[in-house]
Amino acid sequence: METLLQAIVFLPLLGALAAGLLGTAVFKYVGSAPPLPEVHAHDEEDGHHHHHYEGPRWPMMLTTGLLIVVAVLSWIAFFDVTAGNTYKVVVAEWVRSGELMAAWTLRVDTLTAVMLVVVTTVSALVHVYSLGYMAHDPHQPRFFAYLSLFTFAMLMLVTSDNLLQMFFGWEGVGLASYLLIGFWYTRDSANAAAIKAFVVNRVGDFGFALGIFAAFVLFGSIEFDPIFAAAGEMQDKTMHFLNWDVPALELIALLLFMGAMGKSAQFLLHTWLPDAMEGPTPVSALIHAATMVTAGVFLVARMSPVYELAPFAQDVVVIIGAITAFFAATVGLVQNDIKRIIAYSTCSQLGYMFVAMGVGAYGVGMFHLFTHAFFKALLFLGAGSVIHAMSDEQDIWRMGGLRSYIPRTWAMMLIGTLALTGFPLTSGYFSKDAIIESAFAAHEPVAMMAFWLLVVAALMTSFYSWRLMFVVFHGKPRASREVLARVHESPPVMMVPLYVLAAGALFAGWVFYDDFVGEHEAVFWGQAIYRAAHNEIIHHMHEVPAWVKWSPFVMMVVGLAIAAFFYLVKTDLPGKLAMALRPLYLFLLNKWYFDELYDLIFVRPAFALGRMFWRADKKIIDGLGPDGVSVLTVHLGRITSRLQSGYLYHYAFAMLLGIAGLITWLMMGG
Amino acid sequence: MSDWPILSVVTFLPLIGALFILVLRGDDEVVRRNMRYTALFATTFTFLVSLVLLAGFDPGKAGFQFEERYAWFGLMNYHVGVDGLGLPFVLLTTFLMPGVILASWNVKKRLKEYLIAFLVLETLMIGVFVALDMVLFYLFFEGGLIPMFLIIGVWGGPRRIYASFKFFLYTLLGSVLMLLAMIAIYWQTGTTDIAEILSRPSTIPADLQTWLWLAFFASFAVKMPMWPVHTWLPDAHVEAPTAGSVVLAAILLKMGGYGFLRFSLPMFPVASEYFAPFVFVLSVVAIVYTSLVALVQEDIKKLIAYSSVAHMGFVTMGIFALNKQGVDGAMFVMISHGLVSGALFLIVGVIYDRMHTREIAAYGGLVHRMPLYAFIFMLFTMANVGLPGTSGFIGEFLSLAGAFATNTWVAFFATTGVILSAAYALYLYRRVVFGPLEKDSLKKIADMNWREAAVLLPLAVLTIWFGVQPGVVTSMFDTAVNTLLGQVQAGLDLAAGTVKQAALR
Repeated sequence: METLLQAIVFLPLLGALAAGLLGTAVFKYVGSAPPLPEVHAHDEEDGHHHHHYEGPRWPMMLTTGLLIVVAVLSWIAFFDVTAGNTYKVVVAEWVRSGELMAAWTLRVDTLTAVMLVVVTTVSALVHVYSLGYMAHDPHQPRFFAYLSLFTFAMLMLVTSDNLLQMFFGWEGVGLASYLLIGFWYTRDSANAAAIKAFVVNRVGDFGFALGIFAAFVLFGSIEFDPIFAAAGEMQDKTMHFLNWDVPALELIALLLFMGAMGKSAQFLLHTWLPDAMEGPTPVSALIHAATMVTAGVFLVARMSPVYELAPFAQDVVVIIGAITAFFAATVGLVQNDIKRIIAYSTCSQLGYMFVAMGVGAYGVGMFHLFTHAFFKALLFLGAGSVIHAMSDEQDIWRMGGLRSYIPRTWAMMLIGTLALTGFPLTSGYFSKDAIIESAFAAHEPVAMMAFWLLVVAALMTSFYSWRLMFVVFHGKPRASREVLARVHESPPVMMVPLYVLAAGALFAGWVFYDDFVGEHEAVFWGQAIYRAAHNEIIHHMHEVPAWVKWSPFVMMVVGLAIAAFFYLVKTDLPGKLAMALRPLYLFLLNKWYFDELYDLIFVRPAFALGRMFWRADKKIIDGLGPDGVSVLTVHLGRITSRLQSGYLYHYAFAMLLGIAGLITWLMMGG
Repeated sequence: MSDWPILSVVTFLPLIGALFILVLRGDDEVVRRNMRYTALFATTFTFLVSLVLLAGFDPGKAGFQFEERYAWFGLMNYHVGVDGLGLPFVLLTTFLMPGVILASWNVKKRLKEYLIAFLVLETLMIGVFVALDMVLFYLFFEGGLIPMFLIIGVWGGPRRIYASFKFFLYTLLGSVLMLLAMIAIYWQTGTTDIAEILSRPSTIPADLQTWLWLAFFASFAVKMPMWPVHTWLPDAHVEAPTAGSVVLAAILLKMGGYGFLRFSLPMFPVASEYFAPFVFVLSVVAIVYTSLVALVQEDIKKLIAYSSVAHMGFVTMGIFALNKQGVDGAMFVMISHGLVSGALFLIVGVIYDRMHTREIAAYGGLVHRMPLYAFIFMLFTMANVGLPGTSGFIGEFLSLAGAFATNTWVAFFATTGVILSAAYALYLYRRVVFGPLEKDSLKKIADMNWREAAVLLPLAVLTIWFGVQPGVVTSMFDTAVNTLLGQVQAGLDLAAGTVKQAALR
């Protein structure tokens, strides 16, 4: 089993290295250069496609093959672990400095096993899908290398046994995300989005890093087992942080949560996620929907022994989660780019997961993470199929009526939408409703507020999801005749992953409900998540009033009805409404003006300060220091140095003088 | 292990190479080739011999190893030896020098003098890290600047005179003060032998420590360089030829940090503790201030130079955290920065050789023509921003962890450096490497050749290796750092005891 676990984690790395170093152009043109691409007139617009790939096929086949193997192995590990086994495989030493120790270790319990199957399954499917989606891209070996590299980093993250390895995976997925968002590096917008993603994530990592330091100072260790074992006795400890003495566990929990907010695109640190849609669509499905962005949720679940003892931090998690769920849904209402709509939906759903984490319903949050991976990857890959069919069009208003052109894709998108909106018996119905119920069951003011925000967000979720469906697939086709003439259903290599994900989106809910949140949940999770003695949220959530249980369903139906009315029946109404409520519409369309705000308060001041300091270097420091002195001595210098290196003689002279002085002193002293 | 004077061999081998080059006559291509190969051979051989040093070094043993001592002038000794603090820098120097020679393969102007300058410089740099006598140390420490002056002043860019003059002014004051401080130490301890002084807790009176600490600080702070005496560095880097920049960033900057660890901490523990907050402030200002300045640079070399100052801020911060993680981290940052900044300057050199400009705006879209270059540049950019898995991360992490334990404000502000470094480094990469290939001047540019790759690939391998297995490095200085911290603590205890006694009396 230990070999199997190592294979799961390291085979993707092997694939990434082989494909990335040997399959790409990296070492091919040493001393020469790749031929310049022929310039097409329309290259300016998209920069990909219209090219053909003539290189070897093995990098794609290798990485994809390895990922399929790894996915199968992960399911084997999943059933083994959920049967009650846990593993800890020490691979190698890593950091050791005094008490501070961290080894490369694979820690596999139920929490990890769930992540393993999610990550490897979606990754394998995305690899397969990309074989079709990226078939014409001249840089596809690089693409597959990045995908596999991402998978490796993500697996390191979820199998970590200490905070440092988690941080390794954390930043590693950040790197892969950066590389993949900027995959089409000819586009300025992609490059900008890539940097934004990395830097905003680093803001979160700033908190994460401080959290690790604080944990080290408090526990004298950054390994999970010692931390979890000692958490109980540390509950009343305070720590001096900046100018305040604060409860130590709360501090650690909040700092780590800052990392989670960055990675999982929560309110205030969410701005990078919509821009990340610049990356190829399979990337959006894998990284920016199913796996990487859920790392924050995983972090909170992993650190449950700390969060359970940090009630204030838990409240913060609930508040941020609920606000994100609500905020992102409002923005999603009015977006026009098919991928951005789904991106905001992802942001919103992550908020749901955090609410569950914050009220102590870790299993429920993980359940939503699990089902969400299926239906959100399905939606993204479905959107990719639409984009592929429409010759790279992403504006939903230039689509319309596509159901009869690409019926299979439509059916897949329909399944994804049903699951996302929580249609009865689909996977989203089980997991999302469970979150809403758990928020109500927490019986706390903060959780109650979250409950209402989530219910309203459910309404908006339903509305924007159905809006997307109706505008894209129904009504009259709005695309140009040339585009429509080329509309085609995607090849099987792209459709089969959709079918697999669709099966997950439909059935993962009721198959795994008992395990994750139902009768077997205590056995299923085992020691993987910790619940304080007073935490009985799982029992309470099964006993909420009927109206609470019904509320998400009602919201779903109402959202569907409004969307149908707006976009099928009275199609001129949305435009009129937008005109009537123009300020609100613009506010939402511009994403609450966060980008503008951050540009104003962070980006511009940073550059302005940089320029100011640079001037200070030249004017003040140099002016008072060397330049000022040089003005005084320059005349002297002119006289003595007719040689080019006159200063050198000064220097050597001064040094000799010093040595002479020293020797004199020594002699006198001796 | 053996009785041959291996440390002196490593130190003076490059000088012998320089002598060989000196006797070569003529200026035709054959002679020039012979000169280059002689230099390459001398540096490579030095590196191989230094590996014997590594093999024979016992990391678990406290104190100095491979000691050699000869009477000299009857008053001071030629005394050399290495411990875990010095050895990594010796190896870093010997490892980098063959690459530095290779990177200078196309130098045309006064090749002979150029190679001699570098070989002499190598001897002097190694000398700094092995000298165990203060006078000897001083000779090596200050003497190393002469070849560096020449390198900048003769083979440098258009403003080379200004740059070397600036360097001169900054250094002069510091070195004079350091010399005076050394005399004072001799006066106090009765010896110039560093090993002897370090063999027992510091007994220098606290008020004198303050002054001596400041005098050494004046010298080391300039070498580091610390804010606000850093402004010579960007100019020196910009004007220096590529190989000069590499040596400057990779090795010369480490002398300040080494000096703090060798002199300031163990000899003046009371003053070190007293001045720690002061150093913290300068370090944090360096990290934030120079990172912001790096963000707005228009010259690639200047940007990397400012980034160096920021990284050196982590070093001083870690050293004066005065705990295990802090000092370990500082040591690691110095080693890692030696590899990474050296590589980054080589990377700039690659395109400077082709385009003869360092303007960021003159580039863009290089990835279309230079895939290997883009890959290597990305790797070192990530190491520069401290991505886990690269050597850059380990040192930053440890030094920050050490700082957090001492003062959370310091760690808080210094950690913002991870955000800012990502911003300036990726922004640079984007403007130089990514984007469409639009400039006509760049359309003919060729990827790195094998010579250039041969210089950079070993650095890349070590950067990753040290990031994944930092124990390779930390085990080398683990004992030495423990010894050092024990020394500092003993000195503090001693001083506290004296104070108590005085109070009782």
